[in-house]
Amino acid sequence: MIAEIGHAALWLAAALAALQMVAGALALRAPEGTTSPYALYARPAAVVQALLAVLAFAMLLYAFAITDLSVKLVATNSHSLKPFLYKLTGTWGNHEGSMLLWVAVLALSGGLLAFAERRLPERTMSATLSVQGFVAIGFYFFLLVSSNPFERLPVPALEGVGLNPLLQDIGLAVHPPTLYIGYVGLSVAFSLAMGALITRQVTPAFAKVMRPWVLGAWVFLTLGITAGSYWAYYELGWGGWWFWDPVENASLMPWLAATALLHSVSVLAARDALRTWTIMLGVVAFSMSMLGTFLVRSGVLTSVHAFAVDPERGTLLLALLGLYIGGSLTIFAMRASSISEGKRFKASSREGALVFNNVMLSAILAIVLLGTLYPLLTEAFDVRVSVGPPYFNPAGAIFAIPMFIIMAVGPLLRWKDDKVSRIQPELMVLASVALLIVALVVFLGDYPLLPILGLALSGALALAALMPLRGRRLTRVPTATWGMVLAHFGVAVSLFGMASEAAFTEERLAAVSPGGSEEIGGWTIALEGVDPVSGPNWTAIEARIAASRGGGEPVILNPQARNFWAPSQATSESALLTRWDGQLYAVIGDAAGVDAQGQQRWQLRIWWKPFVTFIWYGGLLIALGGILSIAGRVQVDLKRRRATQIGDERRADEAAIAAGARGPQGAQGTQGGIAPEPAE
Amino acid sequence: MSTASTSGQGKPVMKAKHQRMTLVVFALIAIVAAGLIAVWALRNQANYFYLPEQIASEPPSVGQPVRLGGMVQPGSIATQADGITVQFVVTGNEASSVPVRYSGILPDLFVEGSGVVAEGSLQADGTFLATNLLAKHDENYVPKELEGLEGHNAEKAAEIAAETTVGL
Repeated sequence: MIAEIGHAALWLAAALAALQMVAGALALRAPEGTTSPYALYARPAAVVQALLAVLAFAMLLYAFAITDLSVKLVATNSHSLKPFLYKLTGTWGNHEGSMLLWVAVLALSGGLLAFAERRLPERTMSATLSVQGFVAIGFYFFLLVSSNPFERLPVPALEGVGLNPLLQDIGLAVHPPTLYIGYVGLSVAFSLAMGALITRQVTPAFAKVMRPWVLGAWVFLTLGITAGSYWAYYELGWGGWWFWDPVENASLMPWLAATALLHSVSVLAARDALRTWTIMLGVVAFSMSMLGTFLVRSGVLTSVHAFAVDPERGTLLLALLGLYIGGSLTIFAMRASSISEGKRFKASSREGALVFNNVMLSAILAIVLLGTLYPLLTEAFDVRVSVGPPYFNPAGAIFAIPMFIIMAVGPLLRWKDDKVSRIQPELMVLASVALLIVALVVFLGDYPLLPILGLALSGALALAALMPLRGRRLTRVPTATWGMVLAHFGVAVSLFGMASEAAFTEERLAAVSPGGSEEIGGWTIALEGVDPVSGPNWTAIEARIAASRGGGEPVILNPQARNFWAPSQATSESALLTRWDGQLYAVIGDAAGVDAQGQQRWQLRIWWKPFVTFIWYGGLLIALGGILSIAGRVQVDLKRRRATQIGDERRADEAAIAAGARGPQGAQGTQGGIAPEPAE
Repeated sequence: MSTASTSGQGKPVMKAKHQRMTLVVFALIAIVAAGLIAVWALRNQANYFYLPEQIASEPPSVGQPVRLGGMVQPGSIATQADGITVQFVVTGNEASSVPVRYSGILPDLFVEGSGVVAEGSLQADGTFLATNLLAKHDENYVPKELEGLEGHNAEKAAEIAAETTVGL
């Protein structure tokens, strides 16, 4: 029954998406200035659709919670003995469930937009909701036709197949939903961009409506990527934090586009420049979200041939991708010329720096995109190629390095028109910091070029990020400015962590018998013993390692090599010891013969990674910066709304006194009263 | 609305248009440059992946980082006295084979007769020195590059790998 309710809710939601699309489109046909009767339907349709989609997802969640083995998806992906938390997270640990989550988040954000957004002209809103409905209907169709999560088995299974033990981790509970919210939040930015383009309302007011969505999506993407990176780092036991794996690239590409978009939308909101560029980025950002979904969900990554063997899902997704990207580009081509140019600015201005970095971000996006798609292309011609760090790192760095330099300088410049000579003292300070770091690192030892540059840039960038605060009373600095400062500082912190990890990591691999010890990076690692242990659905061997530094109190680490049953699979659980200046990372391997005394030896792999944690601290800071930025904008907006409201009331009072009952001013009056926002 | 474009005075309109053109040209140049760099770099990468028979016929230069993929020859895995160095032989579709030396913890399901992708470089003595072995933690997993090699049901592996792919 539960599954049927979910299934029905999904069909109803699809129908409402169709209503939303048609009503929104018909509302546009009303002549300018009048309200079409159809316009009434779009908003409620979006809200109810959101509730139904969430209901469908809740039903699937429930089926997983009670392990309803008559549902095919539960039987193939869950197990009655699995810990409860992982039963729940298993809901989205598979294709159908994760697509349902995707669609539910899509509907929810569309519903939220319809429910909460009242600043846009009604026509633009109708067009936006129509586009949102159009996007939603495609994915409902995909879900219902090719990936129905509520399919029943003719005979209920006796026991579930289980879930990949790699996925039985708290990282999985957080990682995909966070990323999905980010991906799908960009769908709203896309719909808004299309709506504004169709109704020719690419204005600063529109940018202010779009900005929180872009910022919100971007915050979630940042958190999702940060969490995913840390998850891969400690769970896979390879000691790496980024592998340029296509799945990772699929999340990085929307982030790059969203980063460019959020800066460009800020320029549009504050300075009324970069109109068409913002719209274009809105299209690109959501296209990257959908491309990511296609890459991961179609099976094309595993192999082009696997895609060809079961082409239904992939072809459908590809068709949707082509439809939405092609459709939006067509509208863009038709309408772009009718969007008048925005305000002009000089190359040496904050806009100029933002545009430069926007282009650099797009270039990095192109590098990542081509590197991700190239193996798929060559595979279609039966040539197998692996594209890895030797391609991505240098090719990306060509554009990332100028970007970091301009990122340091940009916030110091004034809007519209400035001279580089004005900020010459600051530039000299930053350049000397960078050069000093290079000199210091080269003096310390022989390190590769990119990490040295990374260290130097991170130092200069950290300092530059704080410079906008200089000479200001910190309590009077707007919240949104704090957001920018924090996010830029976070980039510097993250970059420092990456460069430090790349340059200074020490690694020790040894066969150690209990009682033996090893030295690494100032630490003494002593193997005290190796014991068998067991968990709810696994057994393992567990090492007891005492790690001490400089004769200090030893800390016990317990890396494990686990063997899961249902399904049978082996994983290694690394043990981490975090200190402020780095992380000790220990993995236990196989038994490695016996030593001279006839004692059993075990393989140990230990890394000392100085400041590696800064990578993720930086990610968190970036996200926090985004949150502060949203909070600051909302704060300013609420204040302005209250001021407008008070002003309106007073004016209405005056009007009432002066001319008797002529009624309060309508919405048009408040629209005109928006003051230009402070340019930060 | 931009005042420049609606003012009707010729000069500002030209300038605003001019600026847009400049931006478009700059963006195009950068993107095209990115594309060219990518294509050039990717071409150099085209030889990044080697099968044993390719190592035999046209070996990569000594020390060049490449990936070697093939099957672990049954009976060839030998652990050295230090307990951490392993030697084994990787074979391909044809008779050719490459000896591989690897120091490190073996992937959990690295077994004789299964597929493996070794990252590393060819040494002067003809041994492949691996710095990393890619054999994921799933008994059904076949590294993507190895599909089509004998003894593997690529379809099944692909299906399982698709199911176990994490998130987006």
